[in-house]
Amino acid sequence: MDTFAHLAQGFAVALEPMNLLYALIGVTLGTAVGVLPGIGPALTVALLLPVTYKLDPAGSLIMFAGIYYGGMYGGSTTSILLNTPGESSSIVTAIEGNKMARAGRGGPALATAAIGSFVAGLLATLGLALLAPWVVKFALSFGPAEYFALMVLAFMTVSAAFGDSTLRGLTALFLGLTLGLIGIDLQTGQARLAFGVPDLLDGVEVTTLAVALFAIGETLAVAAAHRSGKEQIEPVKGSIWMSREDWARSWKPWLRGTLMGFPIGAMPAGGAEIGTFLSYSVEKQLAKKPEEFGHGAIEGVAGPEAANNASAAGTLVPLLTLGLPTTATAAIMLAGFQQFGLQPGPLLFVNSPQLVWGLIASLLVANFMLLVLNLPLIGVWVRLLSIPRHWLYAGIVVFATLGTIGANPSTFELGMLLVFGLLGYFLRRFGYPIAPVVVGLILGPMAEQQLRRALSISQGDPAVLVQSPIAIALLVLAVAAVIVPLIMRARGKGKLLAELAANED
Amino acid sequence: MTKANLNNGRAKPDKPAFIIAAALAVVAIVVFWKTATMGGAASYSRVGPTAFPYAISAGLLILAVWTAFEAWRGDFPKREPQEMAPILWIVGGLAAQMLLLNITGFSIATGILFAATARGFGRGPLWQTIPMGIALAFVLWLVFAKGLQLSLPAGPLEHLF
Repeated sequence: MDTFAHLAQGFAVALEPMNLLYALIGVTLGTAVGVLPGIGPALTVALLLPVTYKLDPAGSLIMFAGIYYGGMYGGSTTSILLNTPGESSSIVTAIEGNKMARAGRGGPALATAAIGSFVAGLLATLGLALLAPWVVKFALSFGPAEYFALMVLAFMTVSAAFGDSTLRGLTALFLGLTLGLIGIDLQTGQARLAFGVPDLLDGVEVTTLAVALFAIGETLAVAAAHRSGKEQIEPVKGSIWMSREDWARSWKPWLRGTLMGFPIGAMPAGGAEIGTFLSYSVEKQLAKKPEEFGHGAIEGVAGPEAANNASAAGTLVPLLTLGLPTTATAAIMLAGFQQFGLQPGPLLFVNSPQLVWGLIASLLVANFMLLVLNLPLIGVWVRLLSIPRHWLYAGIVVFATLGTIGANPSTFELGMLLVFGLLGYFLRRFGYPIAPVVVGLILGPMAEQQLRRALSISQGDPAVLVQSPIAIALLVLAVAAVIVPLIMRARGKGKLLAELAANED
Repeated sequence: MTKANLNNGRAKPDKPAFIIAAALAVVAIVVFWKTATMGGAASYSRVGPTAFPYAISAGLLILAVWTAFEAWRGDFPKREPQEMAPILWIVGGLAAQMLLLNITGFSIATGILFAATARGFGRGPLWQTIPMGIALAFVLWLVFAKGLQLSLPAGPLEHLF
């Protein structure tokens, strides 16, 4: 009952006219940027972070939530009409969705994706509201040792468990951890790895790193690749409305996708992709017309797209309740919180319930706005797809630098943007995942703090790390997350894991 | 990881991957050396500010060896041939913006970046795209510096307004 009282209070915040306006701006910007090919939700949020710098915390977080959800909606449009998924979690949507668009059924494909996203977003956000207080209650009993174990688990699942190489995942993670060392040590004030450069004392900005790796790195990679064939945009022919049969075939996949996506997102395992692949294979098994799969089956759009959005909402559970980002997008959102001096975690629920519940309520509001924005106005967004590549990427690069300059107008910061941009290019070129770098940068210093706190309580006795059953269980899971995939790859089952690769967010 | 990839025909040592391994080793050594020579108020408690850097340095070193091993077996994924010219254009544009930003102001510096990036994607000529870029950047400056109060450096162009 408590949840609903809190949620009602949240709605009082979310429905204030100014906050509604922020949410509307957020979902519009998020959809617009999310539709652009090559830009996933992680980059959308990172690029638009500076827009929120000067707003009050509540308004800017609400805008943020809108951007996040909008980016998820926008990505599906791109993958259906262009067959170049804007984000890795839309890969599956692209398989069936693009086939449907080619068969002239682009309208219903977009509609089932949008309504499925809405249903999933609605249910999963309610799930978040119901689950969060329980996790918070549980998490309040966590000590530093449990937090440290939790972070180790997140490190391992984000970097080593999925993707096509344990080595490259771990290397990416350690790059992020190394970058996280730079700057003043939070507990002793000791400067580390700053090389005498005053600009480095504050450490590496998460947004600079994320924007550089995603935007600049991606731009360089696209520019350098020989790409001869032009990308084909499928025009939306005929009605966008779904027929009675489409509805009948869609509603069950929506619900099943939500049921699969939400728990996967809510676990500290990261990656919206896993849920989408799972949902796709389940729908293929259960479909009445399995022969349509591979040729544009509507179930193959409805299910994964619902799973995608449900797990996006799911990742907010560890982010808000534990302060634990499990995807690159969540890591950037955490940076967004931190720019206002807010630290997500159980204490945030206790200290600023207005803010947290306002945010959760505004997610529900944003979801409604997106449904309206995406169904009737789909034609407007589709037009964004026809922006020529040279203008598109020139614009992306300009916006990337705008955000960095807005945060800190220094030559040095732009230099870091350039260096990390080149790093992002080389990471892509050699098949390294990007997300672990970003997660390592933000989570590394937090893990270090918890570790040192735990050890100073125990006066240096490392046994404290494995004294509680929760910590032991989490650490065992973390070890399993590294070892099991190694064995699976050795036995030639690596393909399955590569398919579940977490790349963009 | 042991035998699976040995006999699939691409077990050729991968030179660039060796460079990555070497780079990782260098980073590991730098982290170790900077931590060891940090001095200051370190180590009044057993787990001071040096413990974590040492651990990461060790991790990087292990990863460097592992990378060298995979490079030797040719385990890295195949790479597509790349064009260098677009990269040089974009990197050049970013460098130009970085250097010009506090001299010419946001609009001119960013306009050059815009034109250079478009050139990297094959769209020219520069005498056309640079003015376009400057105009676009100036609109952005108006929106973000005047409207949202971000501190974007002003130059001769911005001072006109």
